[in-house]
Amino acid sequence: MSSDLTTLSASAASAKVKSGEVDAHELFEQWRERSRLDDLNALSWSADSVPAEIHTGGPLGGVPLGVKDLFCTEGVPSQSGSKILEGYLPPYSATVVDALAAAGAPLLAKTHQDEFAMGSSNENCAFGAVINPWDRGRVPGGSSGGSAAAVAAGLVPWALGTDTGGSIRQPAALCGVVGLKPTYGSVSRYGMIAFASSLDQAGPITNSVADAALLYSQMTGRDVHDSTSVDHPDPVSEVPAADLTGVRIGVPTELSGEGIESGVLDAFNASLELAKSLGATVEPCHLPHAPHALSAYYLIAPAECSSNLARFDGVRYGLRVDPGEGLDAMYGATRSQGFGPEVRRRIMLGTYALSSGYYDAYYGRAQRVRTLISQDFDTAFESFDVIATPTSPCVAFELGSKTDDPLSMYLSDFCTVPMSLAGIPAISIPNGLSEGLPVGLQLVGPAFSENRILGIAASLEAAIGFDGSAARL
Amino acid sequence: MIDRSEVLHIARLARLSLEETEIEAITAELSSILDHVDQISSLDLEGVEPTAHSVAQSGALRPDVPVESLGKDAVLSQAPATDGSGFEVPSPGGGS
Repeated sequence: MSSDLTTLSASAASAKVKSGEVDAHELFEQWRERSRLDDLNALSWSADSVPAEIHTGGPLGGVPLGVKDLFCTEGVPSQSGSKILEGYLPPYSATVVDALAAAGAPLLAKTHQDEFAMGSSNENCAFGAVINPWDRGRVPGGSSGGSAAAVAAGLVPWALGTDTGGSIRQPAALCGVVGLKPTYGSVSRYGMIAFASSLDQAGPITNSVADAALLYSQMTGRDVHDSTSVDHPDPVSEVPAADLTGVRIGVPTELSGEGIESGVLDAFNASLELAKSLGATVEPCHLPHAPHALSAYYLIAPAECSSNLARFDGVRYGLRVDPGEGLDAMYGATRSQGFGPEVRRRIMLGTYALSSGYYDAYYGRAQRVRTLISQDFDTAFESFDVIATPTSPCVAFELGSKTDDPLSMYLSDFCTVPMSLAGIPAISIPNGLSEGLPVGLQLVGPAFSENRILGIAASLEAAIGFDGSAARL
Repeated sequence: MIDRSEVLHIARLARLSLEETEIEAITAELSSILDHVDQISSLDLEGVEPTAHSVAQSGALRPDVPVESLGKDAVLSQAPATDGSGFEVPSPGGGS
Protein backbone atom coordinates (compact mmCIF):
# COMPACT_ATOMS: atom_id res chain seq x y z
CA MET A 1 0.00 0.00 0.00
CA SER A 2 1.39 3.38 -0.97
CA SER A 3 1.33 6.45 1.26
CA ASP A 4 -1.78 8.54 1.97
CA LEU A 5 -2.09 10.69 -1.13
CA THR A 6 -5.15 12.54 0.23
CA THR A 7 -2.97 14.60 2.56
CA LEU A 8 -1.34 16.25 -0.47
CA SER A 9 -2.71 19.58 -1.63
CA ALA A 10 -4.47 19.48 -5.00
CA SER A 11 -1.61 21.42 -6.62
CA ALA A 12 1.01 19.12 -5.13
CA ALA A 13 -0.90 15.97 -6.16
CA SER A 14 -1.31 17.38 -9.65
CA ALA A 15 2.45 18.00 -9.93
CA LYS A 16 3.26 14.50 -8.69
CA VAL A 17 0.90 12.85 -11.19
CA LYS A 18 2.40 14.91 -14.01
CA SER A 19 5.95 13.96 -12.99
CA GLY A 20 4.98 10.28 -12.88
CA GLU A 21 5.58 9.98 -9.14
CA VAL A 22 1.90 9.29 -8.36
CA ASP A 23 -0.57 7.16 -10.32
CA ALA A 24 -3.81 9.04 -11.08
CA HIS A 25 -5.97 5.92 -10.67
CA GLU A 26 -4.47 5.25 -7.23
CA LEU A 27 -5.05 8.91 -6.32
CA PHE A 28 -8.69 8.70 -7.41
CA GLU A 29 -9.21 5.44 -5.49
CA GLN A 30 -7.80 6.92 -2.29
CA TRP A 31 -10.04 9.98 -2.61
CA ARG A 32 -13.01 7.72 -3.38
CA GLU A 33 -12.40 5.96 -0.06
CA ARG A 34 -12.02 9.32 1.72
CA SER A 35 -15.34 10.51 0.30
CA ARG A 36 -17.02 7.48 1.96
CA LEU A 37 -16.19 9.00 5.37
CA ASP A 38 -18.80 11.74 4.85
CA ASP A 39 -20.97 11.99 7.95
CA LEU A 40 -21.66 15.71 7.40
CA ASN A 41 -24.28 15.18 4.64
CA ALA A 42 -21.85 17.16 2.47
CA LEU A 43 -22.02 14.81 -0.52
CA SER A 44 -25.10 13.94 -2.56
CA TRP A 45 -23.32 11.34 -4.72
CA SER A 46 -19.85 9.86 -5.04
CA ALA A 47 -18.25 7.71 -7.72
CA ASP A 48 -18.61 3.96 -7.19
CA SER A 49 -15.53 3.16 -9.25
CA VAL A 50 -12.41 4.71 -10.70
CA PRO A 51 -12.99 6.09 -14.23
CA ALA A 52 -11.38 3.96 -16.95
CA GLU A 53 -9.75 7.03 -18.46
CA ILE A 54 -8.30 10.00 -16.56
CA HIS A 55 -6.70 12.86 -18.52
CA THR A 56 -3.42 12.93 -16.63
CA GLY A 57 -1.68 14.88 -19.39
CA GLY A 58 -3.91 17.93 -18.79
CA PRO A 59 -2.94 20.93 -16.68
CA LEU A 60 -4.84 19.58 -13.65
CA GLY A 61 -3.03 16.26 -13.74
CA GLY A 62 -5.88 13.94 -12.77
CA VAL A 63 -6.84 15.36 -9.35
CA PRO A 64 -10.52 14.43 -8.77
CA LEU A 65 -13.22 17.06 -8.27
CA GLY A 66 -16.26 17.68 -6.08
CA VAL A 67 -19.08 19.43 -7.95
CA LYS A 68 -22.07 21.30 -6.51
CA ASP A 69 -25.34 19.49 -7.12
CA LEU A 70 -26.71 22.17 -9.49
CA PHE A 71 -24.14 21.50 -12.23
CA CYS A 72 -25.55 19.10 -14.80
CA THR A 73 -23.43 15.95 -14.92
CA GLU A 74 -24.39 13.43 -17.59
CA GLY A 75 -25.99 10.34 -16.10
CA VAL A 76 -25.23 11.46 -12.52
CA PRO A 77 -28.01 12.87 -10.27
CA SER A 78 -28.19 16.69 -10.56
CA GLN A 79 -30.97 17.87 -8.28
CA SER A 80 -30.06 21.42 -7.26
CA GLY A 81 -31.00 20.46 -3.71
CA SER A 82 -34.67 20.22 -4.70
CA LYS A 83 -37.37 17.59 -4.40
CA ILE A 84 -38.70 18.80 -7.76
CA LEU A 85 -35.51 17.42 -9.40
CA GLU A 86 -35.04 14.35 -7.20
CA GLY A 87 -33.24 11.67 -9.19
CA TYR A 88 -32.88 13.86 -12.31
CA LEU A 89 -30.19 12.41 -14.61
CA PRO A 90 -29.15 15.06 -17.14
CA PRO A 91 -28.50 13.93 -20.71
CA TYR A 92 -25.51 16.32 -20.92
CA SER A 93 -22.85 17.90 -18.69
CA ALA A 94 -22.22 21.56 -17.91
CA THR A 95 -19.51 23.14 -20.08
CA VAL A 96 -17.29 23.81 -17.06
CA VAL A 97 -17.58 20.21 -15.80
CA ASP A 98 -16.58 18.88 -19.23
CA ALA A 99 -13.75 21.42 -19.48
CA LEU A 100 -12.34 20.43 -16.09
CA ALA A 101 -12.58 16.70 -16.86
CA ALA A 102 -10.71 17.31 -20.13
CA ALA A 103 -8.08 19.33 -18.24
CA GLY A 104 -7.59 16.45 -15.81
CA ALA A 105 -10.11 16.86 -12.97
CA PRO A 106 -12.46 13.84 -13.16
CA LEU A 107 -15.77 13.87 -11.28
CA LEU A 108 -15.40 12.32 -7.81
CA ALA A 109 -18.51 13.54 -5.99
CA LYS A 110 -21.52 15.87 -6.08
CA THR A 111 -22.15 18.15 -3.11
CA HIS A 112 -25.29 19.24 -1.30
CA GLN A 113 -26.51 22.83 -1.45
CA ASP A 114 -29.42 25.05 -0.53
CA GLU A 115 -32.35 24.39 -2.86
CA PHE A 116 -31.70 26.15 -6.19
CA ALA A 117 -28.82 27.96 -4.42
CA MET A 118 -31.23 30.01 -2.31
CA GLY A 119 -29.89 30.19 1.20
CA SER A 120 -26.97 31.12 3.43
CA SER A 121 -26.91 28.08 5.72
CA ASN A 122 -27.55 24.95 3.64
CA GLU A 123 -30.62 24.27 5.72
CA ASN A 124 -32.86 24.83 2.68
CA CYS A 125 -31.83 21.50 1.17
CA ALA A 126 -34.53 18.92 0.38
CA PHE A 127 -32.04 16.19 1.28
CA GLY A 128 -31.11 17.44 4.74
CA ALA A 129 -28.89 20.15 6.19
CA VAL A 130 -25.10 19.99 5.78
CA ILE A 131 -23.06 20.04 9.01
CA ASN A 132 -20.02 22.28 9.60
CA PRO A 133 -16.93 20.10 10.24
CA TRP A 134 -15.60 22.67 12.76
CA ASP A 135 -18.66 22.31 15.02
CA ARG A 136 -21.37 19.75 14.39
CA GLY A 137 -24.03 21.98 15.90
CA ARG A 138 -23.44 24.69 13.33
CA VAL A 139 -24.19 25.45 9.68
CA PRO A 140 -21.49 25.41 6.98
CA GLY A 141 -22.96 28.49 5.28
CA GLY A 142 -24.58 28.42 1.91
CA SER A 143 -25.54 27.92 -0.68
CA SER A 144 -22.37 26.00 -1.67
CA GLY A 145 -22.14 24.57 1.88
CA GLY A 146 -21.61 20.97 0.78
CA SER A 147 -18.62 21.94 -1.36
CA ALA A 148 -17.08 24.07 1.39
CA ALA A 149 -17.65 21.47 4.12
CA ALA A 150 -16.31 18.67 1.88
CA VAL A 151 -13.11 20.59 1.08
CA ALA A 152 -12.59 21.60 4.73
CA ALA A 153 -13.18 18.04 5.96
CA GLY A 154 -10.86 16.54 3.34
CA LEU A 155 -13.60 14.54 1.60
CA VAL A 156 -12.63 15.97 -1.81
CA PRO A 157 -9.37 17.68 -2.83
CA TRP A 158 -11.16 20.67 -4.36
CA ALA A 159 -14.63 21.58 -5.50
CA LEU A 160 -16.86 23.73 -7.67
CA GLY A 161 -19.37 26.10 -6.16
CA THR A 162 -21.58 28.84 -7.54
CA ASP A 163 -22.04 32.35 -6.22
CA THR A 164 -25.09 34.55 -6.83
CA GLY A 165 -24.87 36.85 -3.79
CA GLY A 166 -22.12 35.20 -1.73
CA SER A 167 -22.76 31.49 -2.11
CA ILE A 168 -19.08 30.60 -2.68
CA ARG A 169 -17.45 33.18 -0.39
CA GLN A 170 -19.67 32.94 2.71
CA PRO A 171 -19.52 29.11 3.11
CA ALA A 172 -15.77 29.23 2.34
CA ALA A 173 -15.41 31.73 5.20
CA LEU A 174 -17.54 29.71 7.62
CA CYS A 175 -15.64 26.47 6.83
CA GLY A 176 -12.11 27.92 6.78
CA VAL A 177 -11.34 27.38 3.09
CA VAL A 178 -10.65 29.54 0.02
CA GLY A 179 -13.52 30.55 -2.29
CA LEU A 180 -13.24 32.63 -5.47
CA LYS A 181 -16.23 34.30 -7.10
CA PRO A 182 -14.87 35.19 -10.53
CA THR A 183 -15.82 38.10 -12.77
CA TYR A 184 -19.32 37.58 -14.17
CA GLY A 185 -19.09 36.11 -17.67
CA SER A 186 -15.61 34.65 -17.31
CA VAL A 187 -16.99 31.13 -16.73
CA SER A 188 -19.75 29.60 -18.86
CA ARG A 189 -23.09 29.10 -17.09
CA TYR A 190 -24.23 26.46 -19.61
CA GLY A 191 -25.46 23.42 -17.70
CA MET A 192 -25.72 25.24 -14.36
CA ILE A 193 -29.32 24.94 -13.16
CA ALA A 194 -30.16 28.65 -13.10
CA PHE A 195 -31.14 30.77 -10.11
CA ALA A 196 -30.55 34.43 -11.14
CA SER A 197 -28.95 34.56 -14.56
CA SER A 198 -27.44 38.06 -14.40
CA LEU A 199 -25.63 37.15 -11.15
CA ASP A 200 -24.87 33.39 -11.12
CA GLN A 201 -21.20 32.53 -11.54
CA ALA A 202 -19.23 29.31 -10.98
CA GLY A 203 -15.95 29.33 -9.08
CA PRO A 204 -13.47 27.17 -7.15
CA ILE A 205 -13.60 26.24 -3.46
CA THR A 206 -10.19 24.96 -2.35
CA ASN A 207 -7.71 24.57 0.50
CA SER A 208 -5.31 27.20 -0.82
CA VAL A 209 -5.08 30.21 -3.10
CA ALA A 210 -2.69 28.27 -5.36
CA ASP A 211 -5.28 25.50 -5.77
CA ALA A 212 -7.99 28.09 -6.54
CA ALA A 213 -5.79 29.70 -9.21
CA LEU A 214 -4.99 26.32 -10.77
CA LEU A 215 -8.63 25.21 -10.95
CA TYR A 216 -9.92 28.61 -12.15
CA SER A 217 -7.24 28.71 -14.86
CA GLN A 218 -9.07 25.85 -16.61
CA MET A 219 -12.62 27.18 -16.14
CA THR A 220 -12.61 30.37 -18.19
CA GLY A 221 -13.43 31.22 -21.76
CA ARG A 222 -16.18 32.06 -24.20
CA ASP A 223 -18.72 29.29 -24.71
CA VAL A 224 -21.05 29.28 -27.72
CA HIS A 225 -23.75 27.90 -25.43
CA ASP A 226 -23.71 30.96 -23.12
CA SER A 227 -24.11 34.32 -24.85
CA THR A 228 -23.02 36.18 -21.69
CA SER A 229 -19.67 34.36 -21.51
CA VAL A 230 -16.50 36.16 -22.62
CA ASP A 231 -12.86 35.35 -23.16
CA HIS A 232 -10.79 36.46 -20.17
CA PRO A 233 -8.56 39.39 -21.26
CA ASP A 234 -5.95 38.44 -18.63
CA PRO A 235 -6.22 34.67 -18.19
CA VAL A 236 -4.99 33.17 -14.95
CA SER A 237 -2.15 30.68 -15.10
CA GLU A 238 0.31 30.34 -12.25
CA VAL A 239 -0.16 33.06 -9.67
CA PRO A 240 2.94 33.98 -7.70
CA ALA A 241 2.38 35.66 -4.34
CA ALA A 242 2.38 39.43 -4.95
CA ASP A 243 4.83 41.84 -3.37
CA LEU A 244 2.59 44.00 -1.21
CA THR A 245 4.96 46.96 -1.20
CA GLY A 246 2.92 49.99 -2.23
CA VAL A 247 -0.30 48.00 -2.77
CA ARG A 248 -3.22 50.29 -1.89
CA ILE A 249 -5.92 48.52 0.13
CA GLY A 250 -9.24 50.32 0.57
CA VAL A 251 -11.50 49.45 3.48
CA PRO A 252 -15.11 50.52 2.88
CA THR A 253 -16.49 52.02 6.07
CA GLU A 254 -19.99 50.86 5.08
CA LEU A 255 -18.95 47.17 5.18
CA SER A 256 -16.47 47.03 8.03
CA GLY A 257 -18.15 48.42 11.10
CA GLU A 258 -21.75 48.24 12.21
CA GLY A 259 -23.32 44.78 12.14
CA ILE A 260 -20.03 42.86 12.21
CA GLU A 261 -19.29 40.59 15.19
CA SER A 262 -16.43 41.89 17.32
CA GLY A 263 -14.33 38.70 16.95
CA VAL A 264 -14.68 38.91 13.16
CA LEU A 265 -13.71 42.58 13.21
CA ASP A 266 -10.66 41.89 15.44
CA ALA A 267 -9.40 39.23 13.01
CA PHE A 268 -10.04 41.61 10.09
CA ASN A 269 -8.11 44.47 11.69
CA ALA A 270 -5.23 42.16 12.65
CA SER A 271 -4.83 41.10 9.00
CA LEU A 272 -4.89 44.73 7.85
CA GLU A 273 -1.99 45.36 10.26
CA LEU A 274 -0.19 42.36 8.74
CA ALA A 275 -0.72 43.81 5.27
CA LYS A 276 0.76 47.12 6.43
CA SER A 277 3.77 45.33 7.89
CA LEU A 278 4.32 43.80 4.43
CA GLY A 279 4.37 47.24 2.81
CA ALA A 280 0.74 47.80 1.81
CA THR A 281 -1.10 51.03 2.55
CA VAL A 282 -4.50 50.67 4.20
CA GLU A 283 -6.97 53.56 4.03
CA PRO A 284 -10.72 53.89 4.51
CA CYS A 285 -12.84 54.23 1.37
CA HIS A 286 -16.52 54.70 0.62
CA LEU A 287 -19.14 52.68 -1.19
CA PRO A 288 -22.04 55.01 -0.37
CA HIS A 289 -24.73 52.86 -1.99
CA ALA A 290 -23.53 49.53 -0.59
CA PRO A 291 -26.07 49.68 2.28
CA HIS A 292 -28.79 49.50 -0.40
CA ALA A 293 -27.26 46.49 -2.15
CA LEU A 294 -29.23 43.90 -0.18
CA SER A 295 -32.52 45.58 -1.04
CA ALA A 296 -31.66 45.71 -4.73
CA TYR A 297 -30.41 42.13 -4.61
CA TYR A 298 -33.54 40.79 -2.93
CA LEU A 299 -35.61 42.28 -5.74
CA ILE A 300 -33.39 41.40 -8.72
CA ALA A 301 -32.49 37.83 -7.69
CA PRO A 302 -36.06 36.75 -6.84
CA ALA A 303 -37.36 38.38 -10.04
CA GLU A 304 -34.91 36.40 -12.15
CA CYS A 305 -35.58 33.25 -10.10
CA SER A 306 -39.34 33.51 -10.63
CA SER A 307 -38.71 33.59 -14.37
CA ASN A 308 -36.04 30.84 -14.42
CA LEU A 309 -38.01 28.46 -12.22
CA ALA A 310 -41.11 28.68 -14.41
CA ARG A 311 -39.60 25.76 -16.34
CA PHE A 312 -40.29 23.35 -13.48
CA ASP A 313 -43.85 22.43 -14.37
CA GLY A 314 -43.98 18.63 -14.22
CA VAL A 315 -43.85 18.21 -18.01
CA ARG A 316 -40.31 17.64 -19.29
CA TYR A 317 -38.37 16.46 -16.24
CA GLY A 318 -38.58 16.02 -12.50
CA LEU A 319 -41.54 15.63 -10.21
CA ARG A 320 -45.17 15.58 -11.34
CA VAL A 321 -48.05 15.73 -8.88
CA ASP A 322 -51.36 15.31 -10.70
CA PRO A 323 -54.57 15.71 -8.69
CA GLY A 324 -56.52 14.70 -11.82
CA GLU A 325 -58.17 18.07 -12.30
CA GLY A 326 -56.47 19.16 -15.50
CA LEU A 327 -53.22 20.79 -16.60
CA ASP A 328 -53.38 23.93 -14.48
CA ALA A 329 -54.07 21.96 -11.30
CA MET A 330 -51.10 19.71 -12.14
CA TYR A 331 -48.81 22.76 -12.47
CA GLY A 332 -49.93 24.17 -9.12
CA ALA A 333 -49.72 20.89 -7.22
CA THR A 334 -46.32 19.96 -8.71
CA ARG A 335 -44.75 23.32 -7.94
CA SER A 336 -46.21 23.66 -4.46
CA GLN A 337 -45.12 20.19 -3.39
CA GLY A 338 -41.84 20.17 -5.33
CA PHE A 339 -40.42 23.50 -4.12
CA GLY A 340 -39.43 24.13 -0.50
CA PRO A 341 -40.63 27.14 1.52
CA GLU A 342 -37.70 29.49 0.74
CA VAL A 343 -37.93 28.83 -3.01
CA ARG A 344 -41.70 29.40 -2.96
CA ARG A 345 -41.14 32.63 -0.98
CA ARG A 346 -38.64 33.96 -3.53
CA ILE A 347 -40.80 32.98 -6.49
CA MET A 348 -43.67 34.90 -4.89
CA LEU A 349 -41.45 37.91 -4.14
CA GLY A 350 -40.06 37.93 -7.68
CA THR A 351 -43.44 37.50 -9.31
CA TYR A 352 -44.70 40.45 -7.25
CA ALA A 353 -41.68 42.62 -8.16
CA LEU A 354 -42.27 41.93 -11.85
CA SER A 355 -46.05 42.19 -11.83
CA SER A 356 -48.04 44.87 -13.55
CA GLY A 357 -48.12 48.08 -11.54
CA TYR A 358 -45.06 47.24 -9.43
CA TYR A 359 -42.37 46.66 -12.05
CA ASP A 360 -41.05 50.25 -12.10
CA ALA A 361 -41.21 50.68 -8.33
CA TYR A 362 -39.32 47.50 -7.57
CA TYR A 363 -37.41 45.76 -10.37
CA GLY A 364 -36.79 48.95 -12.36
CA ARG A 365 -35.54 50.87 -9.32
CA ALA A 366 -33.39 47.95 -8.19
CA GLN A 367 -31.63 47.90 -11.56
CA ARG A 368 -30.87 51.61 -11.21
CA VAL A 369 -29.47 51.06 -7.72
CA ARG A 370 -27.28 48.38 -9.27
CA THR A 371 -25.80 51.02 -11.57
CA LEU A 372 -24.96 53.25 -8.58
CA ILE A 373 -23.29 50.36 -6.76
CA SER A 374 -21.11 49.60 -9.80
CA GLN A 375 -20.17 53.27 -10.08
CA ASP A 376 -19.17 53.31 -6.39
CA PHE A 377 -16.69 50.49 -7.08
CA ASP A 378 -15.38 52.22 -10.23
CA THR A 379 -14.68 55.34 -8.18
CA ALA A 380 -13.02 53.39 -5.36
CA PHE A 381 -10.74 51.54 -7.78
CA GLU A 382 -9.42 54.87 -9.07
CA SER A 383 -7.67 55.23 -5.69
CA PHE A 384 -7.20 51.62 -4.55
CA ASP A 385 -5.79 48.41 -6.03
CA VAL A 386 -7.99 46.16 -3.96
CA ILE A 387 -10.85 46.47 -1.50
CA ALA A 388 -10.90 44.42 1.71
CA THR A 389 -13.87 43.53 3.93
CA PRO A 390 -14.82 40.73 6.28
CA THR A 391 -16.52 38.03 4.14
CA SER A 392 -19.30 37.25 6.58
CA PRO A 393 -20.43 39.49 9.44
CA CYS A 394 -20.51 36.45 11.75
CA VAL A 395 -18.91 33.06 12.28
CA ALA A 396 -20.89 29.88 11.59
CA PHE A 397 -24.20 30.09 13.43
CA GLU A 398 -26.10 27.31 15.15
CA LEU A 399 -28.32 25.03 13.12
CA GLY A 400 -31.91 26.26 13.25
CA SER A 401 -31.06 29.65 14.73
CA LYS A 402 -32.15 31.72 11.70
CA THR A 403 -34.57 29.44 9.86
CA ASP A 404 -37.68 31.14 11.25
CA ASP A 405 -36.60 34.62 10.18
CA PRO A 406 -35.87 34.88 6.43
CA LEU A 407 -34.83 38.53 6.70
CA SER A 408 -32.13 37.88 9.33
CA MET A 409 -30.77 35.09 7.10
CA TYR A 410 -30.66 37.54 4.14
CA LEU A 411 -28.67 40.05 6.23
CA SER A 412 -25.78 37.58 6.52
CA ASP A 413 -24.99 38.34 2.85
CA PHE A 414 -24.47 42.06 3.26
CA CYS A 415 -20.67 42.06 2.72
CA THR A 416 -20.84 39.85 -0.39
CA VAL A 417 -23.89 41.06 -2.33
CA PRO A 418 -22.50 44.43 -3.59
CA MET A 419 -19.71 42.67 -5.58
CA SER A 420 -22.23 40.28 -7.12
CA LEU A 421 -24.39 43.16 -8.34
CA ALA A 422 -21.28 44.81 -9.85
CA GLY A 423 -20.14 41.51 -11.41
CA ILE A 424 -16.59 41.96 -10.09
CA PRO A 425 -14.27 39.27 -8.71
CA ALA A 426 -13.87 38.63 -4.99
CA ILE A 427 -12.04 35.98 -3.02
CA SER A 428 -12.48 34.83 0.56
CA ILE A 429 -9.44 33.43 2.36
CA PRO A 430 -9.26 31.99 5.89
CA ASN A 431 -8.46 34.72 8.38
CA GLY A 432 -7.93 32.92 11.66
CA LEU A 433 -10.50 31.87 14.23
CA SER A 434 -13.00 33.64 16.47
CA GLU A 435 -14.50 31.58 19.30
CA GLY A 436 -12.78 28.56 17.72
CA LEU A 437 -14.60 29.06 14.40
CA PRO A 438 -13.17 30.21 11.06
CA VAL A 439 -13.38 33.82 9.90
CA GLY A 440 -13.08 34.95 6.27
CA LEU A 441 -11.22 37.89 4.71
CA GLN A 442 -12.66 39.15 1.41
CA LEU A 443 -10.46 40.80 -1.24
CA VAL A 444 -12.17 42.49 -4.18
CA GLY A 445 -10.82 43.86 -7.46
CA PRO A 446 -12.11 45.39 -10.70
CA ALA A 447 -13.57 43.18 -13.45
CA PHE A 448 -11.08 40.60 -14.78
CA SER A 449 -8.47 41.38 -12.08
CA GLU A 450 -8.31 37.75 -10.87
CA ASN A 451 -4.53 37.69 -11.29
CA ARG A 452 -4.19 40.71 -9.02
CA ILE A 453 -6.51 39.55 -6.23
CA LEU A 454 -5.15 36.00 -6.29
CA GLY A 455 -1.59 37.32 -5.97
CA ILE A 456 -2.47 39.60 -3.06
CA ALA A 457 -4.51 36.80 -1.46
CA ALA A 458 -1.54 34.41 -1.74
CA SER A 459 0.71 36.87 0.10
CA LEU A 460 -1.78 37.44 2.88
CA GLU A 461 -2.53 33.70 3.09
CA ALA A 462 1.17 33.03 3.73
CA ALA A 463 1.36 35.83 6.32
CA ILE A 464 -1.81 34.72 8.15
CA GLY A 465 -0.65 31.09 8.24
CA PHE A 466 -4.11 29.58 8.88
CA ASP A 467 -4.16 25.93 9.98
CA GLY A 468 -7.39 24.18 8.95
CA SER A 469 -6.35 20.67 9.93
CA ALA A 470 -8.78 20.53 12.88
CA ALA A 471 -11.68 20.22 10.42
CA ARG A 472 -10.30 17.16 8.64
CA LEU A 473 -12.32 14.00 9.24
CA MET B 1 -47.60 46.28 2.60
CA ILE B 2 -49.12 43.32 0.77
CA ASP B 3 -52.54 41.86 1.56
CA ARG B 4 -54.20 38.48 1.32
CA SER B 5 -55.87 39.14 -2.04
CA GLU B 6 -52.57 40.25 -3.59
CA VAL B 7 -50.84 37.13 -2.23
CA LEU B 8 -53.50 34.94 -3.82
CA HIS B 9 -53.16 36.83 -7.11
CA ILE B 10 -49.36 36.43 -7.11
CA ALA B 11 -49.64 32.72 -6.24
CA ARG B 12 -51.99 32.29 -9.18
CA LEU B 13 -49.54 34.06 -11.54
CA ALA B 14 -46.68 31.88 -10.22
CA ARG B 15 -48.73 28.66 -10.50
CA LEU B 16 -48.33 27.89 -6.80
CA SER B 17 -51.23 26.34 -4.90
CA LEU B 18 -51.22 27.72 -1.35
CA GLU B 19 -52.77 25.88 1.57
CA GLU B 20 -55.27 27.99 3.50
CA THR B 21 -53.08 27.57 6.60
CA GLU B 22 -49.97 29.09 4.98
CA ILE B 23 -51.51 32.20 3.39
CA GLU B 24 -51.31 34.28 6.56
CA ALA B 25 -47.66 33.38 7.23
CA ILE B 26 -46.59 34.07 3.64
CA THR B 27 -48.41 37.41 3.69
CA ALA B 28 -46.53 38.41 6.85
CA GLU B 29 -43.13 37.21 5.56
CA LEU B 30 -43.49 38.97 2.20
CA SER B 31 -44.65 42.17 3.94
CA SER B 32 -41.62 42.19 6.20
CA ILE B 33 -39.22 41.61 3.28
CA LEU B 34 -40.95 44.26 1.15
CA ASP B 35 -40.78 46.74 4.03
CA HIS B 36 -37.02 46.23 4.13
CA VAL B 37 -36.34 46.39 0.39
CA ASP B 38 -38.58 49.44 0.09
CA GLN B 39 -35.73 51.53 1.53
CA ILE B 40 -34.55 52.01 -2.06
CA SER B 41 -37.64 54.12 -2.67
CA SER B 42 -35.89 56.89 -0.71
CA LEU B 43 -33.01 57.14 -3.20
CA ASP B 44 -32.93 59.82 -5.86
CA LEU B 45 -32.56 57.83 -9.07
CA GLU B 46 -33.37 60.60 -11.52
CA GLY B 47 -31.26 60.17 -14.65
CA VAL B 48 -29.65 56.88 -13.50
CA GLU B 49 -29.68 54.23 -16.21
CA PRO B 50 -30.67 50.68 -15.22
CA THR B 51 -28.08 47.87 -15.30
CA ALA B 52 -29.40 44.53 -16.55
CA HIS B 53 -26.03 42.83 -16.85
CA SER B 54 -22.74 43.81 -15.25
CA VAL B 55 -20.67 42.84 -18.29
CA ALA B 56 -21.42 45.25 -21.10
CA GLN B 57 -22.12 43.03 -24.04
CA SER B 58 -25.02 42.66 -26.39
CA GLY B 59 -25.92 40.41 -29.26
CA ALA B 60 -23.00 38.01 -28.90
CA LEU B 61 -23.92 35.44 -31.51
CA ARG B 62 -22.28 32.14 -32.31
CA PRO B 63 -21.60 31.20 -35.93
CA ASP B 64 -24.82 29.97 -37.55
CA VAL B 65 -23.59 26.43 -38.16
CA PRO B 66 -25.94 23.46 -37.73
CA VAL B 67 -24.75 21.02 -35.09
CA GLU B 68 -26.25 17.82 -33.76
CA SER B 69 -28.55 18.28 -30.78
CA LEU B 70 -29.65 15.81 -28.13
CA GLY B 71 -31.56 12.80 -29.48
CA LYS B 72 -35.28 12.43 -28.84
CA ASP B 73 -34.82 9.43 -26.55
CA ALA B 74 -32.35 11.35 -24.39
CA VAL B 75 -34.69 14.33 -24.16
CA LEU B 76 -37.71 12.19 -23.29
CA SER B 77 -35.79 9.99 -20.84
CA GLN B 78 -36.46 12.26 -17.84
CA ALA B 79 -40.10 13.08 -18.57
CA PRO B 80 -42.70 12.12 -15.96
CA ALA B 81 -45.03 10.88 -18.75
CA THR B 82 -44.31 10.19 -22.40
CA ASP B 83 -45.76 8.10 -25.20
CA GLY B 84 -42.32 7.67 -26.74
CA SER B 85 -42.81 10.46 -29.29
CA GLY B 86 -43.57 13.44 -27.04
CA PHE B 87 -44.42 14.67 -23.56
CA GLU B 88 -47.82 13.65 -22.20
CA VAL B 89 -49.76 16.19 -20.14
CA PRO B 90 -53.19 16.25 -18.51
CA SER B 91 -55.97 17.84 -20.54
CA PRO B 92 -55.89 21.66 -20.36
CA GLY B 93 -59.67 21.63 -19.99
CA GLY B 94 -59.71 19.58 -16.79
CA GLY B 95 -59.71 15.85 -16.08
CA SER B 96 -56.72 13.61 -16.77
